[in-house]
Amino acid sequence: MAQRQRVMLLYLADSSLEAKVIAWTRWDGTGERTHMSGDSDEPPYPTGLDALLDGWRLFQFSTLRPEAPGEEFRTSYLKYEFAFEQLVDVDG
Amino acid sequence: MADRSELLTTREMAEFAARGILRFDALVPAELNERFLAEVGTSGPPPGNPAGTPLADCYRESVVREIVALPRVQGIIESLVGPEPLFDHHGVHFSPPSSLFEAKGFRVLSQHTHQDSTIDPRRAFDLQLFYFPHEVTPEMGGTRYVPGTHLRVVSEVAIGRYQNILGQQKVVCPAGTVFAFHHGVWHGGEVNRSDETRFMLKIRLSPTVRQCRLWNTDDLTEDTTAPRPIFAPHTFNDPDPNDVRNILMQPEPWHEFDTGRLEWMQRIRFWRYLVGDESADVDYWWTRVENEPS
Repeated sequence: MAQRQRVMLLYLADSSLEAKVIAWTRWDGTGERTHMSGDSDEPPYPTGLDALLDGWRLFQFSTLRPEAPGEEFRTSYLKYEFAFEQLVDVDG
Repeated sequence: MADRSELLTTREMAEFAARGILRFDALVPAELNERFLAEVGTSGPPPGNPAGTPLADCYRESVVREIVALPRVQGIIESLVGPEPLFDHHGVHFSPPSSLFEAKGFRVLSQHTHQDSTIDPRRAFDLQLFYFPHEVTPEMGGTRYVPGTHLRVVSEVAIGRYQNILGQQKVVCPAGTVFAFHHGVWHGGEVNRSDETRFMLKIRLSPTVRQCRLWNTDDLTEDTTAPRPIFAPHTFNDPDPNDVRNILMQPEPWHEFDTGRLEWMQRIRFWRYLVGDESADVDYWWTRVENEPS
């Protein structure tokens, strides 16, 4: 039995896992499902914590860094990225 | 010069400042839509023009010349990038049915979300007209876009890992619909699941004048952004949809709690540029952090 990884990125409204999901991304290493940009308009979970409660393993999240001097009010990339995984048994 | 009645209103400009997008359903008449599709079908996409060519000198052999000369289209262009904009580039986007590719064994994926061109921190802005010459149904996979992302400074498709964003929209529209996009709006093409090829013409135009009060400012008064009680119940419970302050402070579903406030500040900064008043503010956001008595 081999294992494959499913990865899910959740972007939250603040740095806490309890915050609501505002953006999301999924990739399926088993090949069962193909995800792509624009494939769903409703998030898979309402909050990051809900993903944990459903068995997803959190393996990375973005750090909090002070804004660069002179750039305090600039907006750019989404700030609160949480990366989750599931390991799935597959034949082979 | 466009007729003043065809220019955008202050309310529409505030909407553009806040969301980066204006939509005009079925703006182009059926006859011009049909001629455009016939032209593309027989001659291919209209030839491009050298970057920096005045728009007035472009499309001499194409029906696109008549489309951009429509009074309302002229009014939209002039309100946003002035009366004599320059042509940057255009693209005829055509998307055949995905089944044609899938039958050949290709994996069909939608286009990654991106911001056009490259990092662009200006307050000046380019206009991107998205013209849909035929009806776009949900199955046809019209352009996906995220309202309110235009003031985020990012590097093109570096945002490609964001597959879905709360509040994202997908174009479904009648024939002849025109969208006016700020160049910074995050967007991407969807997969065409219909049996028809989808067409869209995108034209990027740049200004030659300072983009200050180019619209019909008859309804722009000194108290448009006058101070008001902050966090007052009426601003939440019964907001006047025509009040510029309410339009500029309207949150988007994807706003993070803290940077959503920065989005409001960026909109106000953009509004300052549009009205030519560096003291303009809404709900004290800039006045508070600029207050350094000496």
